Amino acid sequence: MNNPQLTRDGKLKHLLSIEGLPKAILNQILDTAESFAGVSEREVKKVPLLRGKTVCNIFFENSTRTRTTFEIAAKRLSADVVSLNVGTSSQAKGETILDTVDNLIAMHADMFVVRHSQSGAAHFIARHVPPHIHVINAGDGRHSHPTQGLLDVFTIRRYKPDMHNLRVAIVGDLLHSRVARSEIHSLSTLGVPEIRIIAPKTLLPQEVERFGVHVYHDMRAGLKDVDVVMMLRLQNERMSGALLPSAQEYFKCYGLTQDKLALAKPDAIVLHPGPMNRGVEIDSAVADGSQSVILPQVTNGIAVRMAVMSILAGNPDQ
Amino acid sequence: MQLPDAEQLLVTLAERIRPLLRENTALVGIYSGGAWLAERLQAMLGSDIPLGTLDISFYRDDFSRIGLHSQVKPSSINFDVEGAHVLLVDDVLYTGRTIRGALNELFDYGRPASVTLAVLVDRGGREMPVEAQIVGARLDIKLGESLELARDASGKFHFILHEAA
Repeated sequence: MNNPQLTRDGKLKHLLSIEGLPKAILNQILDTAESFAGVSEREVKKVPLLRGKTVCNIFFENSTRTRTTFEIAAKRLSADVVSLNVGTSSQAKGETILDTVDNLIAMHADMFVVRHSQSGAAHFIARHVPPHIHVINAGDGRHSHPTQGLLDVFTIRRYKPDMHNLRVAIVGDLLHSRVARSEIHSLSTLGVPEIRIIAPKTLLPQEVERFGVHVYHDMRAGLKDVDVVMMLRLQNERMSGALLPSAQEYFKCYGLTQDKLALAKPDAIVLHPGPMNRGVEIDSAVADGSQSVILPQVTNGIAVRMAVMSILAGNPDQ
Repeated sequence: MQLPDAEQLLVTLAERIRPLLRENTALVGIYSGGAWLAERLQAMLGSDIPLGTLDISFYRDDFSRIGLHSQVKPSSINFDVEGAHVLLVDDVLYTGRTIRGALNELFDYGRPASVTLAVLVDRGGREMPVEAQIVGARLDIKLGESLELARDASGKFHFILHEAA
């Protein structure tokens, strides 16, 4: 099968989604990220790998954290970085996505980091660009957010190195979440034996079981003895219609409190991809508590994105 | 060709390094062979000497041709490079390109007071203006052949010569 993410000899050329990526490539990204984690703690937080390359962040949909961490990652690789909030520029004037991309190619861009509200946007751009250009999906619609999924498993692996012995719960709005899909794919590829999904029926995608997960509607039952709790953001802006009674009601049933977290293993860690809705999906006492690894996730996100960019840049399709 | 005994060369190397030790000397081994050697040298010369390792994958000059090495190890330097007398250790000195990368990486940790290069074997074939001050042995290895330091299960070193492909 032709995988658009890989070169003819099976190396990573674009990062569009975790689906279809072999375990060896996931491990290469995570191992390489481990080396980049040290770079950010040095006197000079830079390596010369992408010197002379130009990375374009094209964000058709806004995201401060993702854009900033990609920007910092590219700069720590010595690339030149251009960040465009396209929503506020040419697109508003009617330019098509491919025209925007072609203009940036004409300016000799080498790599695109793309976020778009439509699923498949990054694939669309990857099919269009010439062979020497690399594309990274920074979130497309409800489909995929591979670097977030990777930084989550990277964070889990740093705290719980034995992935083959983990019980992981993913809690919240799975219906609108592209992060959850990337997380489930990477966790199962890396051999996590038990993945639980905790969500109300209205926020579950159809046929969620086909991902090989165990579904819980009762949060207390679902959190019992888990090693890792991955909270999802309630996607208010993506929600249309009455899927939920109210934010208060949601917090009562599916908000993570100290009381509910006590049901997980005592050394369980709590992740959240941000931005957090405090008091909706997570209580402040948990978010700022000793089991939270939410800020390390942000730090790790830079190392993981440096790893992805440097692996891609070294794999031209000839 | 008869390859030298790597364990014996290591003893020679340690003896040549010993008189150069001073306050604020640190050992830095280049991954992988140099890192193994630096660890053994520390055990022979004094466990109080700070020890670091460098994986120069992010500083290689052939990245744009061959991409990133598939197995990158984290560099680890847990002492202050600023003002230190660094003894840079590698197994085989060949083109000098690795040392060029290692010096660049080292300086991203700080400004050392001095850097001295110690290698187990100098096999000739330089492409960069790099020389080692401390050399275990000089060997004449044919272009295209590769000399590699290997470590057996008990931790003992030996050399392997790979013929030209």
